[in-house]
Amino acid sequence: MTAAPPALRRDPAPAASPGTRATPAPRPSRRRAAARMAVRRLAFAVPVVLGVAVGVFALAAASPFDPLAGYLGDRYLTASQDVQDRIADELGTDRPWYLHLLGWLGDLLTGDLGTSRSFGQPVVSVVAERLPWTMLLVGVALVLAVVLALVLGSWAAARRGGWVDRVVTPLCLLLQGTPPFVVALGAVAVFGVGLSWLPVAGLTDAGAALSAGQVATHLVLPATVLALSQLPWLLLSVRQSLLGSLAEDHVTGARSRGLAERTVVLRHALPTALLPFVTVLGTRLAELVVGAVLVEEVFSWPGLAQAVVTSATELDFPLLAVLTLLTTVAVLLGSLLADVATVLLDPRVRADG
Amino acid sequence: MADRDLRLPLGVGVLVLLVAYATLVPWVAGVDDRVTDFSAARLAPSPGHPFGTDSAGRDLFVRTAAGLRVSLLIAVVCAALSTVLGAVVGAVSAAAGGWVDRLVMRLVDGINAVPHLLLGIVLVALFRGSLVAIVASIALTHWTQVARIVRAEVLSLRDRPHVDAAVLGGASRWRVVHRHLLPAALPQALVAAVLLLPHAVWHESTLSFLGLGLPPHRPSLGTLLEEARSSLLLGGWWTLLFPALSLVLTTLAVAAVGSGVRQRISAPRRGATLR
Repeated sequence: MTAAPPALRRDPAPAASPGTRATPAPRPSRRRAAARMAVRRLAFAVPVVLGVAVGVFALAAASPFDPLAGYLGDRYLTASQDVQDRIADELGTDRPWYLHLLGWLGDLLTGDLGTSRSFGQPVVSVVAERLPWTMLLVGVALVLAVVLALVLGSWAAARRGGWVDRVVTPLCLLLQGTPPFVVALGAVAVFGVGLSWLPVAGLTDAGAALSAGQVATHLVLPATVLALSQLPWLLLSVRQSLLGSLAEDHVTGARSRGLAERTVVLRHALPTALLPFVTVLGTRLAELVVGAVLVEEVFSWPGLAQAVVTSATELDFPLLAVLTLLTTVAVLLGSLLADVATVLLDPRVRADG
Repeated sequence: MADRDLRLPLGVGVLVLLVAYATLVPWVAGVDDRVTDFSAARLAPSPGHPFGTDSAGRDLFVRTAAGLRVSLLIAVVCAALSTVLGAVVGAVSAAAGGWVDRLVMRLVDGINAVPHLLLGIVLVALFRGSLVAIVASIALTHWTQVARIVRAEVLSLRDRPHVDAAVLGGASRWRVVHRHLLPAALPQALVAAVLLLPHAVWHESTLSFLGLGLPPHRPSLGTLLEEARSSLLLGGWWTLLFPALSLVLTTLAVAAVGSGVRQRISAPRRGATLR
């Protein structure tokens, strides 16, 4: 290549390194970087989802579980060989597992998810009926956990060693050591049985009609327990990163300009501390799903997570396979969202790598 | 900070007490799942039954100890298996480099992206009641952290002079890995193993709690807590309190030991690098 004309060389092209420009946020390029990362992460998600599907089907093939027994239930022992052969042919279970898997994936693409034995319904309607309740529970819990983590975490960091810090931080360490289902059982024991303040099972009281008030009172305990199960990690991360950013130069600068302590913490220190928080939020999503499984099971909340346990206990393979895949996709998308948010929010994070 | 220094001795002390409780009490008292006494069902804690009794009239002081023993045993086996698997995979991945390393790290990312309990539920549901399936479901999902740590250690060790010397001396790749790289990564791997223990205890107790792990009559912390779920509604708070307390104490003590040990071994190591 020939050397660039001197006139151009003296003026270092501003477009050459868009990520390192000091001028205010080059939004379009950041957005493009985030989009590129999203595409790359989606490309990574496909093999993971396929891997989970292969794993589930291979395990099922290797296990002593006979899909016919799952399909026929009690009639398994009495059904004649003829009937068994016909059903095996219909279900496609007489084929090797990888062909069965391929057939199943083809069905998935056409929207035919099969029939769930334990609920006696097509899998599609089980999912459609239960997904909203899980979304409600997880959504409320997530908002509650994030708000509590931000408020209490900032408070504990801003008044380090104060009474909030001395109460909240040890409580978080204790909660980190307590599995969600133990917290749930404790909540049942104290607020349901001991004090009889709140209902502990289902969406509504027995026989009561579905109403917003009924659902709201029944939502209090499950949502709070689910929020508490993720709170310690979120709160401690807010506290830690806020402590870090309170020691940074620009915060000292803001203080020395005589700004109110409130303004210093909320407008100058907190924004820098929020980025690690978004990342932690993304990594906790898988645990949030696990928490939802346990909370829905303890509180008999009629959501998808409870259906995971039901389908596993009753070996309802069509439902179990779909739910496993669905959960994997949800967790992958959630952590992708968190990463995209981090890239969009922080000009320092490089999207590639 | 003063409490930093206390963490290790405090954790070790609590852990020793818990292990002594879990091993000695069932050994002295004897545990027989078949012995039931329904006239003594759901008795509140009293001098005769310090932890009360369960719905079949079995003494919970003994049963909690037996449950803790089973849970700890499963957890130790799982943590050991995950550590060996993770250490080997991590070391091989770092030593091989190139596409092997990339493939292994993608596999680790993939496993970490999926909720571990979900994989455990699927595995245990398909192989119901099998202890091997429970152990496998924990070991197969928890090795990734150890692999990451060991890989990072080996990568940082690879460029040290003594490794270069071994390579120049004609040592084979395998010999370099298992004589020079793995032993140096061992302390970090051991800390990771200790920190895996509470995860394994949680995992097992969760599966058993959901009715997918050990059969209900076999005492483990999970099956005891599952039983507490129904006794609780009849006012039996002690059926929840004592098994839950031993579970939480175990987790906290192990976490204290793990972080205490990590702090101790990381301090002199920095000095060694300077020399």
